[in-house]
Amino acid sequence: MSADVTKTPLSAPSAGPRGLILEAGSPAARCFEAPALDVPEVPASALEGQARTTSPNLPHVTEVEIARHYHHLATMNFGVDSGSYPLGSCTMKYNPRVNEDACRLEGFAGLHPYQPLSTAQGALELMVSLADALAEVSGLPGVTLQPAAGAHGELTAIMVFRAYHAANGDVRKRVVIPDSAHGTNPATVAMCGYEVTTIPSNERGGVDMEALRAALDIDVAAFMLTNPNTLGLFDENISEITAAVHAVGALAYCDGANMNAIMGKARPGDMGFDALHINLHKTFSTPHGGGGPGAGPVCVSAALAPFLPGPLPVRLDDGTFGLAWPEKSIGRVRSFFGNFGVLVRAYAYVLALGGEGLREASEQAVLSANYLKERLKGAYWLPYDRTCMHEFVLSGAKLRKQYGVHTLDVAKRLLDYGFHPPTIYFPQIVDEAIMIEPTETESLADLDRFADAMIAIAGEAATDPDLLHGAPYTTPVRRLDEARAVKQPDLRWRPAASE
Amino acid sequence: MRFSPASCDDRAAMLRAVRADSIDDLFAPIPAAVRLDRPLDLPDGLGELAVVRTLKGLAGRNTPAAGLVCLAGAGCYDHYIPSIVDHVLRRPEFFTAYTPYQPEVSQGTLQNIYEFQSMICELTGMDVANASMYDGATAFVEAALMASRVTKRSRVVVAGTVHPEWRVVLDTYAASGNISVVTCPANEGMAHPAVVASMLDSDTAAVLVANPNFLGHLEDLAALGRAAHGAGALLVVSVNPALSGVLEPPSAFGADVVVGEGQPLGNAMSFGGPGLGFFACKQEFLRQMPGRVVGRTVDVDGRNAFVLTMQTREQHIRREKATSNICSNHALNALAAAVYLSAVGAEGLAEVGRSSIAKAHYLRDALVASGKFSAAWSAPFAHEFALRYSGDVAAMQATMLERGYLAGVDLGRVDPGLEGLVLFAVTEKRTRAELDSFVREVVSL
Repeated sequence: MSADVTKTPLSAPSAGPRGLILEAGSPAARCFEAPALDVPEVPASALEGQARTTSPNLPHVTEVEIARHYHHLATMNFGVDSGSYPLGSCTMKYNPRVNEDACRLEGFAGLHPYQPLSTAQGALELMVSLADALAEVSGLPGVTLQPAAGAHGELTAIMVFRAYHAANGDVRKRVVIPDSAHGTNPATVAMCGYEVTTIPSNERGGVDMEALRAALDIDVAAFMLTNPNTLGLFDENISEITAAVHAVGALAYCDGANMNAIMGKARPGDMGFDALHINLHKTFSTPHGGGGPGAGPVCVSAALAPFLPGPLPVRLDDGTFGLAWPEKSIGRVRSFFGNFGVLVRAYAYVLALGGEGLREASEQAVLSANYLKERLKGAYWLPYDRTCMHEFVLSGAKLRKQYGVHTLDVAKRLLDYGFHPPTIYFPQIVDEAIMIEPTETESLADLDRFADAMIAIAGEAATDPDLLHGAPYTTPVRRLDEARAVKQPDLRWRPAASE
Repeated sequence: MRFSPASCDDRAAMLRAVRADSIDDLFAPIPAAVRLDRPLDLPDGLGELAVVRTLKGLAGRNTPAAGLVCLAGAGCYDHYIPSIVDHVLRRPEFFTAYTPYQPEVSQGTLQNIYEFQSMICELTGMDVANASMYDGATAFVEAALMASRVTKRSRVVVAGTVHPEWRVVLDTYAASGNISVVTCPANEGMAHPAVVASMLDSDTAAVLVANPNFLGHLEDLAALGRAAHGAGALLVVSVNPALSGVLEPPSAFGADVVVGEGQPLGNAMSFGGPGLGFFACKQEFLRQMPGRVVGRTVDVDGRNAFVLTMQTREQHIRREKATSNICSNHALNALAAAVYLSAVGAEGLAEVGRSSIAKAHYLRDALVASGKFSAAWSAPFAHEFALRYSGDVAAMQATMLERGYLAGVDLGRVDPGLEGLVLFAVTEKRTRAELDSFVREVVSL
């Protein structure tokens, strides 16, 4: 390896891979012990032949071994605190620490979902207040906080659409989706028993109106659109789009993954959308947790509100808070009330920013994205050169043609410069896509550092393409043999004796 | 309070760089007709101290179960969480990271998921497990959908003894028409194997049960498994992992898929979420399994490393042909579960289970002996049991609450058919002294 590694990761240095915790410690090692039993033991015979006969193979470790194991794992991870994380459509903004303290208050974290409601008034009020705020931001008055994630919110909304159509005696078969949509959209449609009709985008990156009109008929249940879309562009024809959808009796769904661009600037309800999900783990600063838990509340029009999953937290006439089932509810999409701990964090964020602060956050997110776009559009090809919203999509196609360097190589090289790469190869309509979303919580200095790194890497592609092909060099592990992971699946540890 | 570091000067410089006169120039692509021409109708932002005061005020209007002698369960349990668990969760490298799409800088998340998958396999006796799901209910539904794909059959039979909310979730998903659901009514608080068997046909994909069931009873898994397999259907079992140290894994009775709610493993009750769903199954169903899966491989230098794998099942690759639309899992909750299981180990988990079961039996005997409660059913149970109360349940709970007890779950609130019954759950946290005082106080009402 003759790499000229000029930058080291911003995260703490790591010693590389570590053994499994299942193989650490010693057979007699313990951390936690349950208190001594102070009541008579129940004989195994009371368990109707179901008493466990062999112990599960779990770790045998002391507390210090646990602390060091997970410390080591942590040092092999890159989070928002480690450095810039401009992952397009994921809104990796800073996660305020006060949110983390709030959700751990015993008055929240210690609540049982079946406590008498009189003992959970503060929790219900928090949920009602958060739902009210989301209704105001979205322009859609009906809100369920139950869905656990964005994809779960989409599923909830399409189920609501299905129930709405059914209540009108209207059986419909298809859902129309643009080719730039997130993969969760078509997967959701299939789970709801509809067929997917995909339509192309136009040359400006928006919905192709002719293709949309051609696809719409009375068999169409819904049109799903991300707006701003996955190119980071606001669709200028949005009012015509939702009108065309409504003209055939279909409903318009907004994938809210990109709400961070438009808070306080424009509202999906005012654009004619009938429903929207909001990713609280994107727009409302709750952490991504390495892949969850998130929360995907769904906001709907007044006409759809009776179909929402229940129960909904509500403010009662006497000023107290309770639960109510919408009149024609689809049922439930998960147990209890949703990811309450995530809702607390999001509400803390709403309180901190207020209406003005939310608008300012979106404004700065859009300004930061446009700034980066200007800085990078010389070094990389920008297929849609328009004012963008909170993100934009570059193409690495020219680097591939000129130097044989792929977007993947650029992304891996960014790791050596101490940055998390942008989203790559998405949306699929852009060749060698590089989708960049800086968010409002990157400083100008950090934006410049990221731009400098991207430009330097474009230079390296010209002078030393193999340097990029071999990257990364400074990470805890280097490129992985992903084909081997598929061909020889090793999805769990087994104790040596049973192998 | 704002979290954006850009100063006024920075913004001015950035606007110049993009040749815009004002921020509003950048929003020109939004047609005027749909632009919001007024401020959002939300309160002004608060400083951190005021945010904390507001939230503490709301939290203070709750009386959390964790501060009471909690005897409530029904899908959410008050187990002790070792201190180390939250200290690990507070590491920002874990909680501020995204899904591990860039494995070179995500080995912490990935290795943890691999270890979590391994531990879930050990608890359930299954061959493979996924990276986690939203909750027990959605894992349960995904198991029904997977059974339908695997067997190419469209009907599932669910025991009426499964958590009522889970059954509503199953019905809600089924309303889309991909599967049909038939519920086998509870028989003396149990799923009766012969009745279940009589409801199976050649289009039945799965028999879905919980063990212990919603009422705390231990089902006859062996007979249910024989019934399911006799009809060519899969046996799907939901288990409570806190009891996995003392109860045989469902694999011993022929289960094909094992799911459950992982909250009891190191996750706060948090008003019912977030916890996590776990999903484990036999090797032969791997390619039909929903959700993310992590595998072990090597990097170019031959070092051990972990990566998201088998992704051709997933929505970002397969779109409408994916096994599920799930994208996020509950990675941070799965981390809590893995740290918890590391902390308690097999011996500690067995102690937690044994202690919970022993204390539940102790409390039930005392309550029945008091004459104020009577046994609803005589089925064998583990750490949860239902009793009929001789008086008004809500009034009893309200009075006991004032005295510092969360006196079980009023089953009438969960299922109108169970009016008058109280479901008690007991964990290792309860002491004999607490249980004795509870009985004394409730009897004196």
